Amino acid sequence: MSVVLNAGEINRALRRISHEILEKNHGSADVLLLGIPTRGAFLSKRIAGDINEIEKTSIPVGTLDITMYRDDLRMRPPRTLLPTEIPSGGIDGKHVVLVDDVFYSGRTIRAALDALNEIGRPKSVQLAVLIDRGHRELPIRADFVGKNIPTSKDESVKVHLAEIDGSDAVTIEGRDGK
Amino acid sequence: MNTWKIENAKNSLGELQQIFISEGLVVQALPTGSQPTVINAEGLHILPGFVDLHTHLREPGREDAETVLTGSQAAVAGGFTAISAMPNTLPVADTAGVVEQVFRLGKSHGLCDVYPIGAVTIDQKGTHLAELSAMNQSEARVRIFSDDGHCVSDPLVMRRALEYVKTFDGLIAQHAQDPRLTENSQMNEGEISARLGLKGWPAVAEEAIIARDVLLAEHVDSRLHICHLTTAGGVEIVRRAKERGIKVTAEVTPHHLLLTDEKAESYDPVFKVNPPLRTNSDVIALREGLADGTIDIIATDHAPHPNEAKDCEWSAAAFGMVGLETAFSIAYLTMVQSGLMTLADLVNRMSSSPARIGRYAGHGEIRVNSPANVVLVDLAATWHVEREHLHSKSKNTPFHGMELPGVIKKTFHNGALVYENLDSRGGVKK
Amino acid sequence: MKHLLSINDLSKAEAINVLDTAAELSRLSEGTVKKFPTLRGRTVVNLFFEDSTRTRISFEAAAKRLSADVINFSAKGSSLSKGESLKDTALTLQAMGADAVVIRHGASGAPHQLARQQWMTGSVINAGDGTHEHPTQALLDAFTLRRHLGQDAGDLQGLRVAIVGDVLHSRVARSNVLLLQKLGAKVVLIAPPTLLPVGVASWGAEVSYSLDAEIESVDAIMMLRVQRERMDDLYFPTEREYSRNFGLNLERINSMKSDAIVMHPGPMNRGLEISADSADSTRSVIVEQVANGVSIRMAVLYLLLSGTARSESNSTIEVGV
Repeated sequence: MSVVLNAGEINRALRRISHEILEKNHGSADVLLLGIPTRGAFLSKRIAGDINEIEKTSIPVGTLDITMYRDDLRMRPPRTLLPTEIPSGGIDGKHVVLVDDVFYSGRTIRAALDALNEIGRPKSVQLAVLIDRGHRELPIRADFVGKNIPTSKDESVKVHLAEIDGSDAVTIEGRDGK
Repeated sequence: MNTWKIENAKNSLGELQQIFISEGLVVQALPTGSQPTVINAEGLHILPGFVDLHTHLREPGREDAETVLTGSQAAVAGGFTAISAMPNTLPVADTAGVVEQVFRLGKSHGLCDVYPIGAVTIDQKGTHLAELSAMNQSEARVRIFSDDGHCVSDPLVMRRALEYVKTFDGLIAQHAQDPRLTENSQMNEGEISARLGLKGWPAVAEEAIIARDVLLAEHVDSRLHICHLTTAGGVEIVRRAKERGIKVTAEVTPHHLLLTDEKAESYDPVFKVNPPLRTNSDVIALREGLADGTIDIIATDHAPHPNEAKDCEWSAAAFGMVGLETAFSIAYLTMVQSGLMTLADLVNRMSSSPARIGRYAGHGEIRVNSPANVVLVDLAATWHVEREHLHSKSKNTPFHGMELPGVIKKTFHNGALVYENLDSRGGVKK
Repeated sequence: MKHLLSINDLSKAEAINVLDTAAELSRLSEGTVKKFPTLRGRTVVNLFFEDSTRTRISFEAAAKRLSADVINFSAKGSSLSKGESLKDTALTLQAMGADAVVIRHGASGAPHQLARQQWMTGSVINAGDGTHEHPTQALLDAFTLRRHLGQDAGDLQGLRVAIVGDVLHSRVARSNVLLLQKLGAKVVLIAPPTLLPVGVASWGAEVSYSLDAEIESVDAIMMLRVQRERMDDLYFPTEREYSRNFGLNLERINSMKSDAIVMHPGPMNRGLEISADSADSTRSVIVEQVANGVSIRMAVLYLLLSGTARSESNSTIEVGV
């Protein structure tokens, strides 16, 4: 197991993503963050905190569980549903930024787009991820990336966050656990 | 031809015994100049052929389930040389004509003696006595009468039947089941029926009829036989009745000596049987009752049913299990291997006593100048019950997949070898 | 978990997971999401050998909200009423490629046979079998209890629930006794002795012959349907006498704890086991039970139909992290 990002690097990456979101959307007006549980939800709260601090505002943040929209239902044991919390103003007309920890096949984001479709019609949907490890299986790209980490399919990338894992770190380990 | 010398076998007491068979009889010595087939039965036991007082052969009417021929084949494969055909056929064996038909079929197949049992009442409806005398005077010489499958529930009808058959030393075999207490009943009433949501069949429905009938038998001084006893309470009633000198005999089936109502938890109708499987304490009481002689005999209640009658919901399934081919093994397992009785006791319960109760001459003992109805068994060997290998036309055995002790090797009926087990899986048709 | 035949198929944790999943689905449904693509391309067959419009509609709504294809197969007017065996029906469903079969049958254990005889490979969900069990009803009852008397989370520790009436013939009672006790609630069965099964002592529930003796101490009361035909089978002398001793009326409701609730699995016999004003009182959560039924059945379908590929084939499936 090797650490590819430490706590400080994670913080700096998130802060940079926050700036990029503001830059791309010309400020924070109509920006809404939706984190994909579990770790995407914590990341979205941190990004929102950064943006609020920079802009002296309070942007809406929510969560979007994509379990019921997955396309690999037959292949996995049932997952417990995680909460979906849509901010009270809804998503219509908003710039929705989906936030996830690791960007891989793209299937999670495909499911998230389907889930959004049920909820409303945003002005735009953007994607922010802490890690992009490649191996896309769908034509989906991220708008904001904390760090690109080339991996092999045998490896697994894990994001540890203080909120649930005790401390911040991004690690990578091979199939043999090294 | 048909002279045999069986040597090195042990009898039921474990003593070495040599037997000669000639002209269908057990003989003291073979006629001079005869060339017997010699069987070296070392390691085997030679026992009198088993006698079943409770067999369903289904013919006439339900030949898809069993025929007199296939039932006889199953019987000899189980070591039986005499079986008793219950009258619940289509039509019911309630006339001399039907019992003679069954009797002649048995005779013509010649595998074992088939003794028809006559119905007590017309069409087993429980209201009018069938022509019991006519059945007795027929070629079939019927002596046992039963409405088995149904209870003779009307006390007056039961009293009259008990009295009437005394003229020819007849016997009424009662299927003890109060009909009102068992309407739509599916299994033993208790904790398991409560949990499974299957309608209960209370022990008292059986015991109340037994109690009534032993008192009736005492009152009119008649012989009474209780079919397939299943409850501890029933055993106790019969025990008390015998102590009072009442002429009552009773039977228990192999399946009630082994299986309990917990088997219903699978909802597999192969375990659905009338009377139902009871609790563990009932099983213990039945074994004790059989060991101490309260229960006189083991009877199979061999009840064949075609697959479709069992391949369905429990409540839609037919009651009954086949049992001829597994009877000895289950009895040996539950009674002898468990240490409750000796092999000689078991022979008494499966051969001598049923022959005595049924008045079946030529069965129940190995005696010089008597018909050679004997069976050779290997008590040290075991066999694997495979339903598809049963000789019975129906495959509804609850013992499928079990490894059982006691392999029937050869069965002789009237001196003829009618069954020989040539392979390890339990049988070859003769 | 492949089938749901009995509450005994569920561990406590699994039962709570069903309730939690249903809670989240119910919350989403109350918001904007009416339909999920989760079971798109899957076939759910409603196989109803007994009439039960409410249970069938509930399962149908649940399957449709998950985008499954639903086939309703009811006994009336079909081959089922013409003596086709359960086995042949199962083989037909297998040939049609049913992923799940929701079965209601008059014979106790019929769903077990469908599941265990290997006539078909799909999941079997017991929607009520004879006088045996009705597990999804118990789950929706537990869900309703948890909403009103718990924190809409966790188990039912500390609650005391009365089940009143024809326990002997009730599949709802059997499933509820198993589930409520599994979730830590105390159950008291209240009925005349004729309507309690011999062997009820082994269920672990308290038994009482007096509704009035228990009603003040319970947190919820679950009234069971009493069929009028039972009178002819001598289970009780008259409807009037039954109703007087075991029927729920406003006077009895007023003696209950202030937050206690009244439940009924339906269909109700108003005037027999429950008076009309009791059924419509503010304590009654009967209508809500129906709504909760859909969420529970969605949760059950989702949980049973997930991951089935793994149990059906030996091929290794690559799972992305």
